[in-house]
Amino acid sequence: MKNFFSSPLVKRVGAMVALWATVTVMTGPPGNPAQPTLGFTSSFTERVSFFGLFPTPRGVLFAALGLILAGIVVLYRRILHTPVQRAKASIVPTYQSISAKRSVRGSWYAAALVVAIMLPHVVTDPFWQSAMVSQIAIYTLLAIGLNVVVGFAGLLDLGFVAFYAIGAYVTAWVTGALPIGAPFHHVIDPFWAIPIAIVFVMIAGVLLGVPTLRLRGDYLAIVTLGFGEIITLFANNLYGITGGSTGSGEIPHFVFHVGNLKYLWGLNPVPYYYLTLGFVVLFLIIFSRLEHSRVGRAWIAIREDEVAAESLGVNPLKYKVMAFAIGAASAGFAGVMTAGQSFFINPATFTLSFSINILVLVIFGGMGSIMGVVIGSLLVQTVSMYLIHTPPAGFQNSDLYIYLGALLIAMMIFRPAGLWPSKRRRREIALVESGEEKDQRIVMTQTGEEL
Amino acid sequence: MSGMIHFFSSHFATLSHEFWPLLVGGLATGFIYAMVAIGYTLVYGVLRLINFAHSEVFMSGGFASFFLMKWLIGSSTPNATETVLYLIAGVLVGGFAGAAVATTLERVAYRPLRRRNAPKLAYLISAIGASYFIFNLAAKEFGRINFAMASPFINHPLFTIFGAQVYMYYVIILIVGSIMLVSLDRLVATSKLGRSIRAVAQDAETASLMGVNIDRTIALTFILGGFLGGAAGYLYGLSFGVVYTMGFTPALKAFTAAVLGGIGNLRGAVIGGLLLGVVESMAVAFVNGAYIDVVAFAVLVLVLLFRPTGILGERLGRTA
Repeated sequence: MKNFFSSPLVKRVGAMVALWATVTVMTGPPGNPAQPTLGFTSSFTERVSFFGLFPTPRGVLFAALGLILAGIVVLYRRILHTPVQRAKASIVPTYQSISAKRSVRGSWYAAALVVAIMLPHVVTDPFWQSAMVSQIAIYTLLAIGLNVVVGFAGLLDLGFVAFYAIGAYVTAWVTGALPIGAPFHHVIDPFWAIPIAIVFVMIAGVLLGVPTLRLRGDYLAIVTLGFGEIITLFANNLYGITGGSTGSGEIPHFVFHVGNLKYLWGLNPVPYYYLTLGFVVLFLIIFSRLEHSRVGRAWIAIREDEVAAESLGVNPLKYKVMAFAIGAASAGFAGVMTAGQSFFINPATFTLSFSINILVLVIFGGMGSIMGVVIGSLLVQTVSMYLIHTPPAGFQNSDLYIYLGALLIAMMIFRPAGLWPSKRRRREIALVESGEEKDQRIVMTQTGEEL
Repeated sequence: MSGMIHFFSSHFATLSHEFWPLLVGGLATGFIYAMVAIGYTLVYGVLRLINFAHSEVFMSGGFASFFLMKWLIGSSTPNATETVLYLIAGVLVGGFAGAAVATTLERVAYRPLRRRNAPKLAYLISAIGASYFIFNLAAKEFGRINFAMASPFINHPLFTIFGAQVYMYYVIILIVGSIMLVSLDRLVATSKLGRSIRAVAQDAETASLMGVNIDRTIALTFILGGFLGGAAGYLYGLSFGVVYTMGFTPALKAFTAAVLGGIGNLRGAVIGGLLLGVVESMAVAFVNGAYIDVVAFAVLVLVLLFRPTGILGERLGRTA
């Protein structure tokens, strides 16, 4: 009997059945507290029509889909992905092919930019136009900011939302939208709030970072988690200052006013799209320059081996705080953008879910890989928005959170370096996993990087 | 200046007046923190890992016992025997639910990573994903409101110490909590299982050479921690009700307690839990009730700043 349960086939089938049940329940109808098992049972029996197929019980449908998928995987392994094929695929590219790739890459970026600029003229649906700004562009901005912390420096920040909230509230404060009143006589426009918010956010980041970054990384994760909650708590309860749980509104829109030139961003999302896109491109350039600068190399050194980095004169605390503060600053910046665009802020926006959502974007795309994070953000957010806009049978918006949680686990199990990993990060993870991170030389000749 | 003196004197007056009731309440909360903190500390001891999803173990215990209580009690009023039986049933069912969730977690979110020898960051991310998955699934299946738990007893004052009335609820927590904590301490200190846990905590590689089954020991560690966490979820739910987010704040505080006592240290977790419960309770005299959660957070940051190894110091292997 014991042999039966520990045989690999039984284990694999068991895992597949568990996966099937989990997916069925995840996507199924909600339960209710009066009948706690109802949600689970009806998930299997509820009849759904899948892409116009005749209505089938969800459990049966998913079992069938799962079998088809398993069949495809088996065929792929047997026919297309034999050991010989696998060996061919793992041949490391030569320098010639790398430099050829580099020149192609530039034209890809240009093409992507053209597509991004044309997009609002192609997509005219008001839902998508507004989602493109508030759910896709701003989230991408946040993800490339969090990537500096999680990807470059290897620090897990679970309270990213706190800095975003501080940015938004500082904007509301300096533009006079909070009950506490504006600090200046003139009501200023959100452009001027950007530097002020960044200063505040960076101070908060340093204050939080200095005590915790000296310690192990996991402490940072939990302290930032707590910090996110505390900021929301204050936003919720300081009625006289933040407007409490009802939030506060009438944050002015962005105004560009130099000489005779004046442009007011209004309620139309398209101008905001271009503004945010401009900032996304700016941040992309800054962060990719930063990655290969002295600072970026210091981050990588600390991430890969803190003791070795320290012995070579890199001050870990200094660079970690720097990464943390830069990440925080970009979150604060995104907070200003959101506040200026949405006219109204309230604490319900600034929840743990938000931090996790951004983390998913970074992890899915590939931590440490700027392009990966951008692609990951676009993919995850577009799919999320698609599900919200045109929900399939039985889908509620809050199911997204369940999917995002599952995605995090799945990524860590199957593809920890992300969808589009940075080469460096992928190698690092492989090194740690093979237990050879201490002796990189051997592995480097094995993968051909020292040729 | 005089205003400040007045502020403090008036608050100390509240504190001296309310000292004993606050102490009793604080100790009761402290027991719950301690039971959850044990889960963090055990797992930390053997895996050097903060189990972020422990909050969901707590929540599952709360929900399982909530449904049990609803089914057992309904609208009846239990007599004395039933009260005791129902309490035991609640603790057991809450505990087993917690243990089940904790093992599943270990199986799904940690073991594949352990097999691959994954970097630590991967564990943390996987754990946070698991936590997020579980509580949102609970929200979907059971709804998003706070459910009051049917209580097997009437919460009346039993006796008075120094003018402070001690309520039934506190006595129950005290009894259940001390039984569980003491038996866990004995289990880890004297049994064969405990010895294997301590061995893995000290040096996993050597322990496996000595014939300790590491996978089994780690699974059992999760079961033990999960059982206590789930039972704590029941005790907490009796007073505060259950809701899908119920694990978040208590778990964060329990983690603080574990760090305060010295993470990886069993008795440290208990001391940290009780201390944090009392400190938080006393802080009511000084801090507006809405901000009471800030106190634990401040404690966490201060401990990390000034004594990151906690009161009793780290390491499960040595002190338990």
